[in-house]
Amino acid sequence: MALALDILSWAAIITGGAFCIIGAVGMIRLPDVFCRMHGVGIIDTMGIGMIILGLALQTGFNLTLAKLAMILIFVLFTSPTATHALARAARYGGVEPQLDKPAKKETDQSNT
Amino acid sequence: MLHATLLGFALSALWWLLSGFTTPLILSLGAGSIVAVVWIAWRMDVIDHESHPLHMAPKGVLYFPWLLWEIVKANIDIAKVIVQAKMPIHPQVMDLTAGQKSDAGLVTYANSITLTPGTVTIGVEANAFLVHALTDDAAAGLASGDMDRRVSAMEGMSSRDGDG
Amino acid sequence: MFATAAAAVLISMLLALIRAVRGPTVYDRILAVNAFGTLTVILIAVHGYLDGRPEFLDLALVYALINFIGTIAVTKYVSLSHLGLPTKDDDGGDI
Repeated sequence: MALALDILSWAAIITGGAFCIIGAVGMIRLPDVFCRMHGVGIIDTMGIGMIILGLALQTGFNLTLAKLAMILIFVLFTSPTATHALARAARYGGVEPQLDKPAKKETDQSNT
Repeated sequence: MLHATLLGFALSALWWLLSGFTTPLILSLGAGSIVAVVWIAWRMDVIDHESHPLHMAPKGVLYFPWLLWEIVKANIDIAKVIVQAKMPIHPQVMDLTAGQKSDAGLVTYANSITLTPGTVTIGVEANAFLVHALTDDAAAGLASGDMDRRVSAMEGMSSRDGDG
Repeated sequence: MFATAAAAVLISMLLALIRAVRGPTVYDRILAVNAFGTLTVILIAVHGYLDGRPEFLDLALVYALINFIGTIAVTKYVSLSHLGLPTKDDDGGDI
């Protein structure tokens, strides 16, 4: 039982660490600020989620588990809000997304 | 009143989970601070159906596991795109019309879009969203409207049913 | 096990720092600092387990709160040049 938990925990932590690094590499490689938000999105969901799952498997049923769950839920609720505020500020500040194709229906650029 | 009581219960649970104390003196201090917080929230007039979207809770039990699974799938797709040497991305901006009626439903939909890697909501005006998508697949998945329907189903009732 | 996680997080933090230094726009830097903060939350939590002291999770929780508030505050400050209240002709006031 303990061995199975250890293996699962290892798998979760390695997956989470790999996704953290992939997200960070994406932040380096992707071309503009709007694309880089997708890289940060990977860290904020899969990276932190899998690492916290790995830590949770090493914990029994106690207050520590509740705290881990709270950290995860809190990050999942706040990170889209922060990303959206940043995207809005970037558009407000005059950064336009680099596009491969033109938008299907151009909206007004008056900083909604 | 129902919402205030529920806020009190939620704060009590949070307080106890964070502290773990059981001595009477500390517990009474905690109870005092919870009463103070509920009173301040009541004075600020922020206790309503919008801050406690209870009507979403029953259907939300079905929605959030589905969202988590979508996030995992999208994560794997975007991770594959990023690690390829050629990096086959097609950044694009698309317009979406959200079908939700209440503000809480719209916020849930916009945050779900942002939480799914590959799509980010970069602008909101009434129920028209401006979404930045990294790949064609991510854009097509969103344009199919599956998530929109599910959030609308979770929203269920409109914003009129909230009580104080 | 926990050392592996810490190492992965530290590598990611280094990459985020590179993006924060290279820019080019201020929004890239804010984004990088936001990701850095999330990684710090993970690192604090992992450090608690590495040290055998899960009380560190309280610090991680508080850091997550501060990271969110900090990102919003810096974003508002950069886009408005003040933290201000919404005014009539200030379109970005309610970011």
